[in-house]
Amino acid sequence: MKKLATYGIKPHDAEVKADGQKWSLMEKLLLGLTLDQYLDQLKRNKFNWLLALIFAIGIPVIIYRFIFGLGVVTHASYDYPWGLFLGFGLFCMVPLSASGFMLGTTVEIFGRHDFEPIERLALLNGLLGYFFAVVYLLVDLGQPWRLIYPMFVSWGPAAVLFLVGWHVATYLSVQVMEVSTAFFEWIGFPRGYEFIRKGTVGLTVSGIILSTLHQGALGALFTYAPGKVHPLWYSSSFQWIHYFTSSIPAGLCMVISVSTIVILTMKWRCDDRFINNLDRITLSLAKGAAMGLITYLFIKLLAVAHDNEWAYIATGWGAWWLFEMLAGVLLPMFLLAVGIHNKNVLLCRIGAFVTVFGILLNRLNTALITFNWQLYQEIPHMWEIVISITIFAIYVATYRFILNRLPILYQYKAQAVEEGVAVEAEQKAAVNA
Amino acid sequence: MSKISRRKFLAGSVAGGAAVMMTPAKKALAAGSFEGFPDGMGVLVDFTRCVGCRTCEAACNKEQNLPAPAKPFDDYSVFDEIHHGQPRRPTSKAYTVVNRYETKEEGPVFRKIQCNHCNEPACLTSCFVNAYTKTPEGAVIYNSKVCVGCRNCMIACPFHIPGYTYESVINPVIKKCIFCYDTRLKEGRPPACVESCPQQVMTFGKRAELMNIAHERMRKNPEKYVDHIYGEKEVGGTGWFYISGVPFEELGFDTHLPKEPIINNVKDFLAVVPMVLAIWPALFTGFHLLATKGKSHGHGDDHSHGEEGH
Repeated sequence: MKKLATYGIKPHDAEVKADGQKWSLMEKLLLGLTLDQYLDQLKRNKFNWLLALIFAIGIPVIIYRFIFGLGVVTHASYDYPWGLFLGFGLFCMVPLSASGFMLGTTVEIFGRHDFEPIERLALLNGLLGYFFAVVYLLVDLGQPWRLIYPMFVSWGPAAVLFLVGWHVATYLSVQVMEVSTAFFEWIGFPRGYEFIRKGTVGLTVSGIILSTLHQGALGALFTYAPGKVHPLWYSSSFQWIHYFTSSIPAGLCMVISVSTIVILTMKWRCDDRFINNLDRITLSLAKGAAMGLITYLFIKLLAVAHDNEWAYIATGWGAWWLFEMLAGVLLPMFLLAVGIHNKNVLLCRIGAFVTVFGILLNRLNTALITFNWQLYQEIPHMWEIVISITIFAIYVATYRFILNRLPILYQYKAQAVEEGVAVEAEQKAAVNA
Repeated sequence: MSKISRRKFLAGSVAGGAAVMMTPAKKALAAGSFEGFPDGMGVLVDFTRCVGCRTCEAACNKEQNLPAPAKPFDDYSVFDEIHHGQPRRPTSKAYTVVNRYETKEEGPVFRKIQCNHCNEPACLTSCFVNAYTKTPEGAVIYNSKVCVGCRNCMIACPFHIPGYTYESVINPVIKKCIFCYDTRLKEGRPPACVESCPQQVMTFGKRAELMNIAHERMRKNPEKYVDHIYGEKEVGGTGWFYISGVPFEELGFDTHLPKEPIINNVKDFLAVVPMVLAIWPALFTGFHLLATKGKSHGHGDDHSHGEEGH
């Protein structure tokens, strides 16, 4: 796309073309390029080849799982019933997708419209993260076609998972509605846009409620296993607060991370408003994340003090816990703090990536690494790893597909601006190039 | 730029809140402390009597129509089997297993493992489709018709009991000891393993009465037993409980389990749920009113069709 831009080709970004004609859906899907141009730029991008390679290996493995059952792609363990699909797919993707409700709250509830340039990216990040968490879940469930059973067939309302199921389902629909405004703009359905926009505050408030509860509930799921999760990662009273609180820096830092990747790899899709505001917004988000992290650190220590588990810190697991705290919480906190103080955006971005790493480490530690600490350590099956990577690659591809098209990183214009003079001649040159 | 009236957005937020309130309240809050059905049956297991003949394993296999094992039931090399550093555990093909443990006091001691049929089972309380039932007779049974296969029960079970038929594609289900509920317990008969035991290791009866028998046995022979009935208090009490001549740690029992039902660990969180549902809508709508007072009501709407920003 960068290459095409040098020839004066502008991607589709407005309701009608420069000459006043409407864009057709096909043209919109092709970003306003001709089919040849579109395929050309697809092939030019090496990242697409990497994705293609992952899909070529991974998608047959996913099909293999659905034909021959879970037993052939996992260790079929009775002691580790939850493997990478949930340990990574559910427990990591959901906190990293807390961005939707964080930025929704900031802009819509607290009226901080200075965050608006990034609001839609945060909402989309939330929607896709949740959606793919459900995809991971569908791969992991023994009988995924019964996913609606807890809603309609048989209720187990005493179970935390019941709450997670209901809330993730409800929140997904809330997020679909929140993101649908961008879709309605793009597809050209202003009535739908206006309708959703009117309910924004209601949607946002339900988003906060649902997020508080299911982010916490994911932590509370482990309170069913007091003897299995290592005491340093387990707290009957604080588990849900740990998960909820850490989801705040997780979501914010995920947005910083994604926006960093976006500005480095798809700047052509960002409009001036996004580009010019990004540094300022990154610093502000970093502030929020740093405050979230220090709160999280405090309650992590509080939990150890509350259950008087200091003695465990002197053990091998304790050293691992200290590593998680130092590398996953204190280090990013320090990076973010210095970055904010010196208005150093790069440092904040590095801090954000480290925070994301810290959250991944914490969730994997609770769900897999320290789980059954008194029994044995299980290394996930090779196909389990391949499937997890493949679904993540599908997530990235979908993410990019939407960012390329919907007005997330740019504002939808009423009419495209005429660019250059002999655009057509240059387009031909681009195709030949 | 569309403006929204205060009334309109309040209506919107109430609708949002109401949608959330539809989520059913958590019944566990009302559960209080349940100590088992008064006439629930149980089994007292006396490890001082067990000789490790594996007759119970064979009886269970036959009664539950389980597939033939890799090694016959009179092959005692299974006692030396170690997987991942652990002795055998119940699986989807064997609802009960007997293991041998080398102890300091008495040399080899045998222990039978199967579902303990908890008074307030963790599998039951963790199941989001209510597939598990604790019957008045004392059995914890499972309904495979509604099971989605999330395997949360396997996470929750403090005794590592439920097995899962991972190998099945169309209908993978949980497999575990059901106290021979369908074929025997319902009619008041003891489970197959109990009946088959040549050593009378297991005594079947009402849990409350069996508890007295256990105490009585220990009172009469204090030198023979350690002073602990495993399952009397563990995780709120279990239908099957154990007396032993050696400390339970040496037989691979987890002696650090809480004395309260597992669900009590979760209640801290469950108590928060109705509070969040009730308080958050008002709180955050209030924040919104305070934060945007005097400004346009949250509708700067920078996205509306390329109009001026802020």
